[in-house]
Amino acid sequence: MKRRKLDVKQLPAKVAGEVDDRFHAATPLRGILNKVFPDHWSFLLGEIALFSFIVLLLTGTFLALFFEPSMQEVVYDGSYTPLRGMHMSRAFETSLELSFDVRGGLIMRQMHHWAALLFMAAIVIHMCRIFFTGAFRKPRELNWILGMLMFWLGFLEGFAGYSLPDDALSGTGLRIASAIMLSIPIVGSWVTTSLFGGEFPGEIILERFYILHVFLLPLVLLTLITVHIGLVFIQKHTQWPGPGRTNNNVVGERFVPRYTIKQAGFFMMVFGVIALMGGLFQINPIWLFGPYEAAVVSAGSQPDWYVMFLDGSTRLMPAWEIRAFGYTIPPLLWPTVVLPGILTVVPMLYPWIEARFTKDRGHHNLLQRPRDMPERTGFGVASITFYLVLALSGGNDVIADKFHISLNAMTWAGRIGLLVLPPLGYYLGRRIALGLQQHDREVLAHGVETGIIKLLPNGQYVEVHQPLAPVDDHGHPEQLPYAGWTVPKKMNRLGALGPAIKGFFKPAEPASPPKTPPALPAKDKDKVH
Amino acid sequence: MTEKSRFEIVREGARKDGIEIVHYESQFAPGSKTENRMVRIVAFFFLLSGFAGLAFVAAYVWWPFTDFPSVDGWEYAPGNSPMKGFTPILGLTLGVTLLALGLGILTWGKKLMPHEIAIQERHVGGSSPEERKLTGNTLAFIGQEFGLSRRPLLKVALAAPAAGLGAAALAVPVGMLIKDPHHPDIFFTTGFNPVNNNGKPVRLMREDNTYIRPEDVSVGGQITAFPATADGHGASNKYADSPVLLIHLRQQDADHLRGQLQNHSQNKLQNPSDPNSGGMYGNLVAYSKICTHAGCPASLYEQQTNKLLCPCHQSQFLITENARPVFGPATRRLPMLPIGLDEEGFLYAKSDFGGVPVGPAFWEKPEA
Repeated sequence: MKRRKLDVKQLPAKVAGEVDDRFHAATPLRGILNKVFPDHWSFLLGEIALFSFIVLLLTGTFLALFFEPSMQEVVYDGSYTPLRGMHMSRAFETSLELSFDVRGGLIMRQMHHWAALLFMAAIVIHMCRIFFTGAFRKPRELNWILGMLMFWLGFLEGFAGYSLPDDALSGTGLRIASAIMLSIPIVGSWVTTSLFGGEFPGEIILERFYILHVFLLPLVLLTLITVHIGLVFIQKHTQWPGPGRTNNNVVGERFVPRYTIKQAGFFMMVFGVIALMGGLFQINPIWLFGPYEAAVVSAGSQPDWYVMFLDGSTRLMPAWEIRAFGYTIPPLLWPTVVLPGILTVVPMLYPWIEARFTKDRGHHNLLQRPRDMPERTGFGVASITFYLVLALSGGNDVIADKFHISLNAMTWAGRIGLLVLPPLGYYLGRRIALGLQQHDREVLAHGVETGIIKLLPNGQYVEVHQPLAPVDDHGHPEQLPYAGWTVPKKMNRLGALGPAIKGFFKPAEPASPPKTPPALPAKDKDKVH
Repeated sequence: MTEKSRFEIVREGARKDGIEIVHYESQFAPGSKTENRMVRIVAFFFLLSGFAGLAFVAAYVWWPFTDFPSVDGWEYAPGNSPMKGFTPILGLTLGVTLLALGLGILTWGKKLMPHEIAIQERHVGGSSPEERKLTGNTLAFIGQEFGLSRRPLLKVALAAPAAGLGAAALAVPVGMLIKDPHHPDIFFTTGFNPVNNNGKPVRLMREDNTYIRPEDVSVGGQITAFPATADGHGASNKYADSPVLLIHLRQQDADHLRGQLQNHSQNKLQNPSDPNSGGMYGNLVAYSKICTHAGCPASLYEQQTNKLLCPCHQSQFLITENARPVFGPATRRLPMLPIGLDEEGFLYAKSDFGGVPVGPAFWEKPEA
């Protein structure tokens, strides 16, 4: 029998044919490859969170191979000499071993911590983008809620991880967490003893937090992330208004290859930045804090940044304790249980609250610039101001120390600021949005300022404006509709400056004439917003 | 088909999915100087990435840090040593490896790949009325197929396994976790309770398990004291609610506090002529170190003003007025540990904080 020669060139087509025979994949696969994604830098903020999460999974797996969440008391006799002879938990001892004995363990620990901080930061910034551009509006309310849930899950996940090394800071954080649970009316003491398996700190809490931190919470987060991205895929990404862009289309690039390859490059960049931070910037040096001891705390002990706003709210809370019928509601309840509750529920309902005010129940696939929705922008600025006052108050002792301000004055400034500054933020945010919008309309109506001053026969000086639209016989420009998108405001933007020349020391090629923007099909042009 | 270029086929396929590629253009003429330049830049980034990766492995293996691969007997040397450079060099090389790879990929994608504008139709709103009707009726028919509305007995019967299984599913985890906070009453007892010392009064001790004599604390000074429990673990986290701050007040401050204590039901002088018959011993006084706000150790003592500050949330307690909270979110005084002197001359706790619960408040906590 003659052996058939393997034709390498035909191999991919042959394999693809065999695959399609079995899975009938050609049509759906082409749909995915060709799916169009709109592109804008602000759409990449959520990706930073996703990529940080992947780095967290990678580094976390490495750490889990060496860490033991045991509260068994041991006497340290390891390679970090200053702590030798200290009593500590096995959890703290293994954290030290990770830092000093496991080769590369410290950079993994630090990368894990930095990635966690970046994960939370990216979530918050991404949420601000979604809020200020109105991307949460119908039909995307569910994804807004999922995002909010992921913030709080990330918060819990981060707190659990922060507690695991059992150093002085994490133990103090746990102590406060137990006090917060204690403050819950009626069931507080039962919840606390049940979670800690008795009195604080007990012997079981780290093992419970460990299984939460490495299994349950990541699993839930991973599921929600999958649904979150799946919904973006199904509902298609929102896009900014612009030429050819309507509520009924997506203008951008096909998913594969250029869009995907840019995502891959961006992932490497995020990973690289985390690696640099993990190697060069020290974080959570637990060997300097020492093991947790109930009687020891140092001044200037701050939680991770995403917890600071709740630390601040706790510091600012006046000493108001409610006592009735022989029972107590501690003041700790309001800033640490009730406030986070409000901060969870109200934002989740926001899409419907806004729709109620605007009486707008339509589908929205075009984003709004913050200036085009001044009330929302004002509300957003007020919320950020509220948050910043709380977060800064979380470090008010450090500020008081570094700037030589009285600590009590800082607390009072925070209390007053929390009430006074958000309304001011609303006013300023709204006025700035209206002002920017007004200026866009002005340029559309009168044209771009040229900087050329003309002396009229009557002695009057006027600035010459370059209209953006063609002028009629009388020299009056056509009326341009306000489209909710960038208006060119400088002559350079209108092509008054030549194109950039490529090359390092000398031009790589002779300058080419400026490109004309690509023409769009006429039917799309008409539909501009 | 044979005459069509592959791009035309791609475009036709995209059209089938409602996608129109309206603009597709290479950014550089093929083979032009600028394109070659871009190719060289991408290649440079990839080479840089590869070399940085090798440098990472070299540093990982040969940089002096641990006694790699064996770690026995190795000691970390504090101070300046090449060890300090290990983590930074790993971060630097790994960071450059990844950043250069990322930059290479990004340059390839953004510069070398043709720029395109594609438009995909987007379906706004729900499904067509026809589809809704079909699916809606399918769903309604599924309900009918169960026939619960026709069979009321099943409706009732179904509640039984739902309730039973639900209760069982709840009972196991709740029953496993639940711990009664009041039997024993852990919030009302600390390490200073005589049960922890075979029924005898508990002495105060330092962290190193040595007992404390009154003259060990200088005037105006303070030390942290722990219960000298029989098990020898009084200073460990097993008795996390027990640490106290033992303060030696100046004479006039001590007199002021003694006067203040007369207004309180606890810790006042039992015998007005004996200054040690109250909660204080001489000018020494011990207050719980566990903040009544959130349980942090209130450990910053300001000697001049006799204020004790908790560094977590800045609650301040005025010791000379029986640890009254004077600023911050705390609402309750720090409980005082009444102390006395035993026959061997060591300080001991006369009672376990007089039965006042230590630490943060909770629902059933009595007025203190």
